[in-house]
Amino acid sequence: MTIKEVQEEIISEFDMFDDWMGKYEHIIELAKSLPLIKEEYKLSENLIKGCQSQVWLHAEMDGEKLVFSADSDAIITKGLVALMVRVLSGHTPDEILNSDLYFVDQIGLKEHLSPTRSNGLVSMIKQMKIYGIAFKSKQGH
Amino acid sequence: MNLTQNTTKIYFDVASIRKDFPILSRTVNGRPLVYFDNAATTQKPQVVIDAITKYYTHQNSNIHRGVHYLSQVATQAYEDSREKIRAFINAEKNHEVIFTKGTTDGINLVANGFGRKFIGAGDEIVISELEHHSNIVPWQMLCEEKGAVLRVAPINEVGEIVMEELLKLLSPRTKLVAISHVSNALGSVNPIKEIIKKAHDLNIPVLIDGAQAIQHTKVDVQDLDCDFYVFSGHKLFASTGVGILYGKEEFLNKMNPYQGGGDMIKTVTFEKTTYNELPHKFEAGTPHIEGGITLGTAIDYVNSIGLENISAYEQELLEYATEKLSQLEGIRFIGTAKEKASVISFLIDGVHPYDLGVILDKMGIAIRTGHHCTQPLMQKFNIPGTARASFAFYNTKEEVDVFIASVIKAAAMLK
Repeated sequence: MTIKEVQEEIISEFDMFDDWMGKYEHIIELAKSLPLIKEEYKLSENLIKGCQSQVWLHAEMDGEKLVFSADSDAIITKGLVALMVRVLSGHTPDEILNSDLYFVDQIGLKEHLSPTRSNGLVSMIKQMKIYGIAFKSKQGH
Repeated sequence: MNLTQNTTKIYFDVASIRKDFPILSRTVNGRPLVYFDNAATTQKPQVVIDAITKYYTHQNSNIHRGVHYLSQVATQAYEDSREKIRAFINAEKNHEVIFTKGTTDGINLVANGFGRKFIGAGDEIVISELEHHSNIVPWQMLCEEKGAVLRVAPINEVGEIVMEELLKLLSPRTKLVAISHVSNALGSVNPIKEIIKKAHDLNIPVLIDGAQAIQHTKVDVQDLDCDFYVFSGHKLFASTGVGILYGKEEFLNKMNPYQGGGDMIKTVTFEKTTYNELPHKFEAGTPHIEGGITLGTAIDYVNSIGLENISAYEQELLEYATEKLSQLEGIRFIGTAKEKASVISFLIDGVHPYDLGVILDKMGIAIRTGHHCTQPLMQKFNIPGTARASFAFYNTKEEVDVFIASVIKAAAMLK
């Protein structure tokens, strides 16, 4: 699936919930059900510190594709992290760099990407794109 | 006998007080707002909002300079406010009351004006473990610049300063003690009168950070005998961006100005500037005029209710909420000092405070989550942060009930 197709899938998934509680319960479920990152990658160099919650992000290449794994100490942040990983992981650095994460707005969770939230998510997305640039230049294209 | 029900004494009519604060009748996320973030900032009564409008509608002009009518009206209103603040904290002299931008600004003023003049290499400044970053970082910066040493008095497991340890830190090298009156993260009320007395026995001046005390309890700077007392207007129901530094005249006169500019000078030549007298020496530039005026208005408002009544009512709310919260499964209170202001910091097993804050917000409840600008304190308790509910006199037991029910619901979702 393309990045766009995954986003469309998430949007229709969230369409099933007509109130905030359903949405948040779904996010919490996503967070609980996914093993996100191997313990060995939970290193301080992979840590993105937010004021409110923290995020760990690991990136590696699998052939042409950039694969992310991530985690957070707060469960709502972790659920949102899971969504970001689902959308961006397993694509080429170019696809990641050119992506527009419109699904967050569409599912009504834009407030979580406000810099004032300071939950580590905004920095994580920035870091994902930085990995895209880094691996792209490593590939020598 | 059930003592938790219907035992509220009548200190004032809370329902009518709530009508004085227009924001309290709004909804958030479709629910009636429950505002429990009063330690961060307080809401403003209509009289304060009206004072801002009145200032810009009828009084606006620059102060202390103009001979024209409006300048005199604005100056009078600003200086009347200074007098109200003086009386509120019982300072001896009007010019010992310095307008600042807030508590942080007041501490930085003392760190620069007093610290840079009187603190040198090898000298020591004593603070405590429960200080807000604002009462840590300015001293650290000063110590780095001067080669001075910051000494930190420990707290015990319930969040009280360990007096004997603090006293051990006082020595001839100590040039200043800087301690908060009330902890913002824990609510602990510190024994500042005793600390001031002991420090003075050794001729050490004391600064008190009153940001979390001034709205809850009567502060009498002469009775305390503190050398400096700082607080913010916005935590006392007035505008943001204005605060007060009280300083004893003898210190203020000896100190260098913090900032240079207009209003703080007597004469200026390119060779030499002489400084204005107190309080203007420390009030460079055009100040937050209407903010200063609203601080007087807010004080009038608080006085009309009575700080004793406010204090007693808030203590009832604190006890009620603490008792209700303590019945929750997995609750852990951070800070259970014997003497507390109306602040409750807590954690629930298996629930990250950030998640709790997000879900409560969805339910219209405003609390604070995180480290509360006290990272060293959070490290001491080995926690990432807490959830903090802080009450003002316009909050009610009914709101506490809504809060408790919402915390139970949120915890069930998050666990």
